[in-house]
Amino acid sequence: MLKINNLHAGVEGNEILKGIDLEVNAGEVHAIMGPNGSGKSTLAAVIAGKEEFEVTEGNVLLNGEDLEDAAPEERAHKGIFLSFQYPVEIPGVSVTNFMKTAINETRKAKGLEDMPANEMLKLIREKSELLEIDRKFLSRSLNEGFSGGEKKRNEIFQMAMLEPQLAILDETDSGLDIDALRIVANGVNKLKSKNNAVIVITHYQRLLEYIVPDFVHVLHEGKIVKSGDKELAHELEDKGYDWIKQEAAV
Amino acid sequence: MDLKDKLVSSFMAFENNVDVEHPVHDIRTEAIKNFEEKGFPSKKQEAWKYTSLKGLQKVDFSIFPKQVNTLELKEVKKYFLHEVDTYKIVFIDGNYSPFLSETTHDGVDICLMSAALTKPMYKQVIDVYFNKIASKDESLTTLNTAFSREGAFIYIPKNKMPKKPIEILHFSTGNEASLMLQPRNLIVAEENAELQVIERHQSLTSNEVLTNAVTEIFAAENAIVDFYKVQNDAKTASLIDNTYINQKDKSVVKVHTFSFGGKLTRNNLNFYQNGEHIDSTMKGVTILGDKQHVDHHTLVHHIEPNCESHQDYKGIYGENSTGVFNGKIIVDKIAQKTNAFQQNNNILISDKASINTKPQLEIFADDVKCSHGCTIGQLDEDALFYLQSRGIPNKEARALLMYAFANNVLESVRIPELKSRINKIIAEKLGVRLGFDL
Repeated sequence: MLKINNLHAGVEGNEILKGIDLEVNAGEVHAIMGPNGSGKSTLAAVIAGKEEFEVTEGNVLLNGEDLEDAAPEERAHKGIFLSFQYPVEIPGVSVTNFMKTAINETRKAKGLEDMPANEMLKLIREKSELLEIDRKFLSRSLNEGFSGGEKKRNEIFQMAMLEPQLAILDETDSGLDIDALRIVANGVNKLKSKNNAVIVITHYQRLLEYIVPDFVHVLHEGKIVKSGDKELAHELEDKGYDWIKQEAAV
Repeated sequence: MDLKDKLVSSFMAFENNVDVEHPVHDIRTEAIKNFEEKGFPSKKQEAWKYTSLKGLQKVDFSIFPKQVNTLELKEVKKYFLHEVDTYKIVFIDGNYSPFLSETTHDGVDICLMSAALTKPMYKQVIDVYFNKIASKDESLTTLNTAFSREGAFIYIPKNKMPKKPIEILHFSTGNEASLMLQPRNLIVAEENAELQVIERHQSLTSNEVLTNAVTEIFAAENAIVDFYKVQNDAKTASLIDNTYINQKDKSVVKVHTFSFGGKLTRNNLNFYQNGEHIDSTMKGVTILGDKQHVDHHTLVHHIEPNCESHQDYKGIYGENSTGVFNGKIIVDKIAQKTNAFQQNNNILISDKASINTKPQLEIFADDVKCSHGCTIGQLDEDALFYLQSRGIPNKEARALLMYAFANNVLESVRIPELKSRINKIIAEKLGVRLGFDL
């Protein structure tokens, strides 16, 4: 589904990703771990098409198609979803209206009519129950005054609404208490299928107790320096990142 | 002949059509003298540094429309807030249109300045309020005073509230190649009275129009006044709006100014707090493009202790448009415990657009809370990426962010139909059709 070949990317001549290779197939869950500043969030942003980052070498393919010239919204229409570490507040636009716009713009891009209002309401109800989101919450302005946990839950609610092929969760566990973490993980697990894939980006192993990865990759100084199965995450939790750094230096 | 000379020499012709024996005419005569002496303000004056009236003075404006024009309701219905029942005071090329208007004398007076200035029954109100708060010194105000004859007259007695909002509409039909209008409004809310007014100037052709309006508002003890100015006029229409508000104890006056159109717009909005525990609010949304120019000059004069003022102006400037915000707050020495807040935030969406913003605080009391802030920026790229990553295209995403930026100014609009109308105009101005009504 997703194939990243020798990806180099940076901002204003400053290279952050220094040759990433990664292949993610349908039905898989990949975890990308690594110390702060290793390039985890940059990788997520580059896959989602943030224009601030310039790809200097290599490419990102989705179902064989090079995404190089695709704007962020086009990538979204193709089925890429990024759950943000810091979701943006949009005063005056309710969660419901925001989702309506997002879904109907995606449908428009595919040549479909707007989703009928009753169908939209049904979908919203169904997905908000999945994330245990209160109805009142949906009429609040998007992310405005939301707690950290509410923001993250709302991100996964958006993911549930948009049903992406590839979901990238960028530090979704940060700022979550254990109950919120469980709700969010439970939501992600229920959305998982053999047709979609998830990339979980995290500093800690905690979230991986709930969203169990098939593969774990360690990112260090813009490169994947180690890959393994979920045991690697446990090892990192026990030993920290220093041994990876030392290994990488050798 | 330049416009000043033309106006001064037109005054004699004007006198043929008004009662020169009426006491108000002495006020007019004084006023024309002041204008003759001062003339139009120039860019040399600090208050007019960024707004030039030079171009307008070269236009050969008709001062008095030659013939009376009429309009069919269906031609102009869209300019009324027709979703809700309202009182209407409508003028066509400066003349009252009984056909389009709906006035009342049922417990409140919602009618015409020309009636108030001539009929004996209004003499007392005119004696007490007319030209009492409007400047006798500022030249454009005195120019309006000199030619004051027509406009809206609203008098709400003690404890009264009109059954519905009041619309004041000025249409210009393009009957004249270029027309100058000088409406004069007087709004009096006595003790405990409450009212809502929506004012709009609308040119119906591309012929040039210059409106120099003066509105005096008096809010007595505990009165509540909501005034909404909808400025979305044609590209050849210019407006100089001079609004003077006098407030007494515990009164609440809110003025919302929505500046979306026109060629040159100058808003002189002046609040005088003559009492305690007064609340004065000024809010504005400005969205400009093309070569449009809007200049907001606000003044709040805190004369007595324990009062509040709130100013929140948001501006979005595109293409070659230019904006000015100048917010003056004066706190007299006696006006302790004043709370005065002022905020002006701007987004420039074009390299060629510009804004000059200036707070001007003159504080003579020592126990006050005054804050001011102004920002000029661009759209937040991270926020834009967030929306785009949800499948919302760049253009729509930009519009949503601009809407979100201006949104809090709309929260205090108390007429839901007006709010949704303003939202629609904003969506239109931003050039988007979103998946929901803004």
